Amino acid sequence: MNIVGDAITWLNDPYNWTAPGTGIIDLGVEHLEMTAAAVIVAAVLALPLGIYLGHTNRGAGVTILAANTTRAFPTLGIMFILATTGLFGDGAAIVAAAIFAFPVLLANTYTGMHDVDRDVVDAARGMGMSGARIVTSVELPLAVPLIAAGFRTTIVQVVATIPLAAVVAGGGLGAIVVYGFANQRYDQVLAGGLVIAVLALVIDLLLGLVQRALTPVYQRRGVRTA
Amino acid sequence: MRVSPATGTFGPMPPNPWFSWDYVQQNWSDIADALRIHTTMTIEAVLIALVIAVPLSALAVRVRWLSGVIVGTASVLYTIPSLALFAILAPIVGIGREPVLIGVVMYALLVLIRNTIAGLQGVDPDVVDAARGLGYGPSRRLWLVEMPNALPGIVAGLRLATVSTVALVTVGAVVGYGGLGQLMFRGFQTFYRPEIVTATLLCLLLAVVLDALLWALGRALTPWLRERSAA
Repeated sequence: MNIVGDAITWLNDPYNWTAPGTGIIDLGVEHLEMTAAAVIVAAVLALPLGIYLGHTNRGAGVTILAANTTRAFPTLGIMFILATTGLFGDGAAIVAAAIFAFPVLLANTYTGMHDVDRDVVDAARGMGMSGARIVTSVELPLAVPLIAAGFRTTIVQVVATIPLAAVVAGGGLGAIVVYGFANQRYDQVLAGGLVIAVLALVIDLLLGLVQRALTPVYQRRGVRTA
Repeated sequence: MRVSPATGTFGPMPPNPWFSWDYVQQNWSDIADALRIHTTMTIEAVLIALVIAVPLSALAVRVRWLSGVIVGTASVLYTIPSLALFAILAPIVGIGREPVLIGVVMYALLVLIRNTIAGLQGVDPDVVDAARGLGYGPSRRLWLVEMPNALPGIVAGLRLATVSTVALVTVGAVVGYGGLGQLMFRGFQTFYRPEIVTATLLCLLLAVVLDALLWALGRALTPWLRERSAA
């Protein structure tokens, strides 16, 4: 049994890439769309809340607690529960991924805003800046590196969660693996696993470069993903 | 009248509450089996990961250039999505227990290595100097002085790794060995909510209990920290 060779053969078949709806390209695009949808939903909720809590210096305990407890939540269980309420496939995966993305973004945004040097904020206030201006022109720019780190962690995590959509009859690249298992086509399972793994690693690498570009040189050491 | 996914026929939906004690009582042996598998798998995985992570971390702290290689490799493994990792492992090592165990060990490695390295780097250099002055050789210094001082960091890593492993094992359901994930999957296939909810709650409960046990273990292993904070 040369399963690795079979998987490479599978990957070399152009039809497996271009098949409309079930090829790697179409499923990959769907995967990225679902990822974007989940991250946007989470960001729309987490960014304003994190900025508000960080600016007003409230809710530290709750944000950290939320970030830690969600680690224990089994994503698959949440998706199955959503499925029994009628939310299947892509929708269930997007909602589940957003639920897990929210606390990570919230905690990083909060920490970014909260860790801005208090002296800088005091100076801005002394210069007569209003609360809103302090947020937009002082705290947010200084919080960008940590918020960027939060986005990187979140997006990589969502890219890794979305494959589970296929288990609840959704699309995305996980479908290749799940159909492979269902039909005992292990060459396809292995090939699908490799494609998803490469996608996650490439996205992590690209986001690492973006994060680096967004971080001023003097801050580069010591800034880490939470 | 709705389509019942369970039977594929038209008709009123069978009762499908969120939770049912009847279900728990009637299926207790299945639930207990799944819980036992889940618990042993988690403990085994974290212990294996610990046995691998501690020497690697000790090595990484001593040999500068190796630390990049070790942490880098662990980060790459950690970034691979769980479904993909199980999909890569299952065709190679076979369906069932092995791919899940190997997969969750790989994920636990990064957290443990990072925390152990941080713990070792945080050891007071004066303490290490004192040990050297007392004539401790490198390996005695590592195991009798540096490791005990790094224990809080290691225990913090163990707690994080354990909690994430409990959640991850459920994904093993896709290769037929998910512990409580198996129950969730069966509940999904039969569209029976109590089964999914019970398994999900037990998962959370297991994470909380193991986390509390490790916290207590950490306290018991570092009595000197308690005395210091009490003083």
